[in-house]
Amino acid sequence: MEFLNIALPKGRLGEKVYDMFERSGFPCPSIKEPNRKLIFENGEVGVRYFWVKPSDVAIYVERGAADIGVAGKDILLEYEPDIYELLDLDLGKCVMAVAAKVDFRDDQSKTLRVATKFSNIAKKYYSEKCRDIDIIHLNGSIEIAPILGLSDVIVDIVETGKTLKENDLESKETIVPISARLISNKTAYKFKQSKIDSITAALAELVRAKND
Amino acid sequence: MFNDAILKSEEKAVFALRSIYTRFGYSRFKMNKFEEYDLYSKMKDSLISDGVITFTDTNGKLLALKPDVTLSIIKNSTDKKGVVQKLYYDESVYRVSGSSKTFKEITQTGLEVLGDISLYDVSEVLILALKSLETISEDFILDIAHASLFCELLRVCELSDTTHLQVIEAIKRKSRDAVYSLQKSGEISESAADITTKLIANYKDLKALNAAFCDIKDDKVQAALAEMLELVKIASELGFSDKLNIDFSIVNASGYYSGVVFKGYIKGIPTEVLSGGRYDKLMKKMGKSSGAVGFAVYLDSLQGLSAAQSDYDYDFVLLTDDGCDPCDVLEQVETLSSNGSSVAVFRNIPEGVRYRNIIKMTANGLEA
Repeated sequence: MEFLNIALPKGRLGEKVYDMFERSGFPCPSIKEPNRKLIFENGEVGVRYFWVKPSDVAIYVERGAADIGVAGKDILLEYEPDIYELLDLDLGKCVMAVAAKVDFRDDQSKTLRVATKFSNIAKKYYSEKCRDIDIIHLNGSIEIAPILGLSDVIVDIVETGKTLKENDLESKETIVPISARLISNKTAYKFKQSKIDSITAALAELVRAKND
Repeated sequence: MFNDAILKSEEKAVFALRSIYTRFGYSRFKMNKFEEYDLYSKMKDSLISDGVITFTDTNGKLLALKPDVTLSIIKNSTDKKGVVQKLYYDESVYRVSGSSKTFKEITQTGLEVLGDISLYDVSEVLILALKSLETISEDFILDIAHASLFCELLRVCELSDTTHLQVIEAIKRKSRDAVYSLQKSGEISESAADITTKLIANYKDLKALNAAFCDIKDDKVQAALAEMLELVKIASELGFSDKLNIDFSIVNASGYYSGVVFKGYIKGIPTEVLSGGRYDKLMKKMGKSSGAVGFAVYLDSLQGLSAAQSDYDYDFVLLTDDGCDPCDVLEQVETLSSNGSSVAVFRNIPEGVRYRNIIKMTANGLEA
């Protein structure tokens, strides 16, 4: 039987995602065994799952190492991979937001210094507003940038807002809502469409049932 | 005299494709690697690549390494009523690659028909695209759509400039959720959402395509639909029905194409290997009154199809010393390689070399 290769994001979100695949009729019991394996197969239903770093899922899918996968909308907007985005799984919900110190006042006469991991998203957002910005690309602990005066604002994912609050920051503008998306490689979709469509339909049913 | 085993997939494809195109009366168009930058600066919207590699010629003129072959072919074409030019090419282009965002040399082969285009010419190019894919692998799919039908359907949707781009993006990504959220937020109407959702779906045959759009009462939509149905019918009647997939997600917003568009996929290669269509709009932009249709095959992407890597670098290593007579060594190489085996002559074996057999040779001849 031809396997469908599925890239799952490592971590808590990935476990929830796998749970949805399992309930949709594509289980792989060995994935729950306590070990350090990264690839798991179930020949009976023809699926092969593998855990990869969440930000790498889109690369695995775009390059065809995985047929389908689950990636955050933030990663899809930032890297713009050439893939199909088949379903919003309604998991890992948060927003991409502009945040700053609580007492921040935007001085439109100056270039805005923006610290972020998501340079592409930030550039697009401010370019649509015709705002001149200076992007400061950071790889983590973005919240510290405005506190130390490195930047005026940050563009980052906000889930509960707790980290912002604890650092005397607050969300000022929402850029776009984020959630986990089921994505597919374009070629794989041509050749394995019936299986990908049946997984998509079963997952969509779960999402609908959750929201009803 | 070629040994088929030493040719890589992409090299075999070039020979096979040239043979098909020649059989159908296409003549080879050999072009210079450089083009005046002026051509691309005027046509930026029509280029697939974002960047162009430029340099200054000895006479001070700004030149570019070709990012595209079609523009150069159009530039040299002439408009004549009732006449078409049929050309094929086999060239390197220099583009920014999608994922790495760096310049890459891409080898393309393809063909163009320019001039007073008839339905036959478009059908011939479509069939040659299918035959090109068939030559490379039996596991292929040709996605087919119609740029004009796509544009007319979006016109019927009465979208604003902003939602127009969002809808095109949703179709390109096959994101039904994006359409649903545009409808939910009131940015597009229910009927626009219905048409957009139909453009996201794909159709396996004429009937399904016709059923999806036949009830839209708009003359331009129906004229474009009729043309597309005719082309799908021709390809189906010629035995390609199970290789066609009607899919509008391949139409882009570049304004390059005006009629049928298609993209070819081969099992095991993650990206498209063929792309083409009818591009009268591009001809018009370049001041030509006639039409054009053509496609390119991206030969670089075929590297993934190459046979499994050999376990050895050479079949034989012939280890010689300084006393060996060069004529004797050459004679041994000829003998050992006569059945197609590879033979490398070394005085010392380089690090990391893997070989199937080793033969030592001295001034006295071969050692046992």
